[in-house]
Amino acid sequence: MKPAPFNYHAPSTTEEAVGLLAELGSQGRILAGGQSLFQLMNFRVVKPENLIDINPVSELDYIRVDDGTLAIGARTRQSALERSTEAARHSPLIVEAVKNVAHPSVRNRGTVGGSVAYADPASELPAVVLTSGGEVVLTGADGQRTLSAGDFFRGPYTNACSPDELLTEVRLPRWPDGTGHAFLEFQRKHGSYALVGTAVLVHLDGESIDRVAISLCGVDQTPVRASRAEDLVRGNVPSDGLFEEAAAEATSDLHPLPDVKGSAAYRLKLARVYVRRALELAVSRAKGERP
Amino acid sequence: MSEHRRIAVVVNGTPYEAEVETRKYLAEFLREDLSLVGTHIGCEHGVCGTCTVLMNGVSVRSCLVLAVQANGAEVMTVEGLATDGQMHPLQEAFREKQGLQCGYCTPGMLVRAYELLEENPEPTAEWVREGLANNLCRCTGYQYIVEAVLAAAERLRGSSVAEGQPFEPATSSRTNQEA
Repeated sequence: MKPAPFNYHAPSTTEEAVGLLAELGSQGRILAGGQSLFQLMNFRVVKPENLIDINPVSELDYIRVDDGTLAIGARTRQSALERSTEAARHSPLIVEAVKNVAHPSVRNRGTVGGSVAYADPASELPAVVLTSGGEVVLTGADGQRTLSAGDFFRGPYTNACSPDELLTEVRLPRWPDGTGHAFLEFQRKHGSYALVGTAVLVHLDGESIDRVAISLCGVDQTPVRASRAEDLVRGNVPSDGLFEEAAAEATSDLHPLPDVKGSAAYRLKLARVYVRRALELAVSRAKGERP
Repeated sequence: MSEHRRIAVVVNGTPYEAEVETRKYLAEFLREDLSLVGTHIGCEHGVCGTCTVLMNGVSVRSCLVLAVQANGAEVMTVEGLATDGQMHPLQEAFREKQGLQCGYCTPGMLVRAYELLEENPEPTAEWVREGLANNLCRCTGYQYIVEAVLAAAERLRGSSVAEGQPFEPATSSRTNQEA
């Protein structure tokens, strides 16, 4: 057995889970799909004294549209999101992105809320929530609060959840009909961690771009929204030159960490190429030229 | 602090009840408590797929699921493939096509291949290749495994589509590097 011993709690409702968090404080740790947490526990990087397993909390397993917002329960499996026609209609971006998360057997356990709460800077779903202008719902013993993605991701593997709060829902607003999307990432081999990923949403008003969002993952301490590149693109007619300029701007102030898989300079170069390609793809989809 | 729980789980159609330590993984439970040693343990952190089993009909890494989390579940391991001493067509095909060398990854490959064919009985080579990227093999280069899965798919469909299979020989340079 690899993990250090722990006490195991299996609440069946959100209320029970939040009650346990309130009682255990920083001694309690939420177990969602376990596809990242068990890795850390096996290497004894973390040794939680109490695991609060939310897998039995079936009320957090849902994908639904509330008032034009796609609401995804935290315990929803990534594989369910991947197959959801409701999600594909509302946010094809998140469905395209989730297919890049590891492998099918991992997505059969991995959850949407777990992936977002883990706040891995190289991870796909946090970047999508940021791009879409999404929010997360945090539930504590004293009630709920809703945070924008920009306020939620604080640093590598660090989010704005208090120790007594549980991330219960991820919310993605609907972009207008005709929005083009693209999620592209570079992996050294199929299903492995992304060196660089980029998520783009684009809407055209006639010939020119009237709404745009560009985010990157794997290139800084958190997923990053490329606001200045968005400003540069907005109001303009798409062209190769414009995409190139935007890609240069989007990657002008990033601080990727070098590791064995690639230097910082290599990641920046990749990021620039991927932003350009994602813009091209999203615009061609917005024009209806590509599926 | 060493916490134990009583669990009930159905494995390959047989119900079991056992007392397990909460930190014991499903893979360890299958091997150590039930002596179902067909499920191999490789990387022990969810990367290699050798410990793949079906839990309630879908594949999981049994090194990243606790035994207590399988309480009430139905599990299928590689031992569940053969029936009445007869190997499953996938197992036959792996033998015939030499879809293994050292055999360490084979239990996970077979379970994943079973899931793939349940999902799509008429797969293309490309689709099988992508589906098997879920599991690592360090010997075969995957080519014979893909051929074995396609051959098994054909056998499972019966003889109705014997000819003209989407069976692509290794022509492109990427075939050995996919997974």
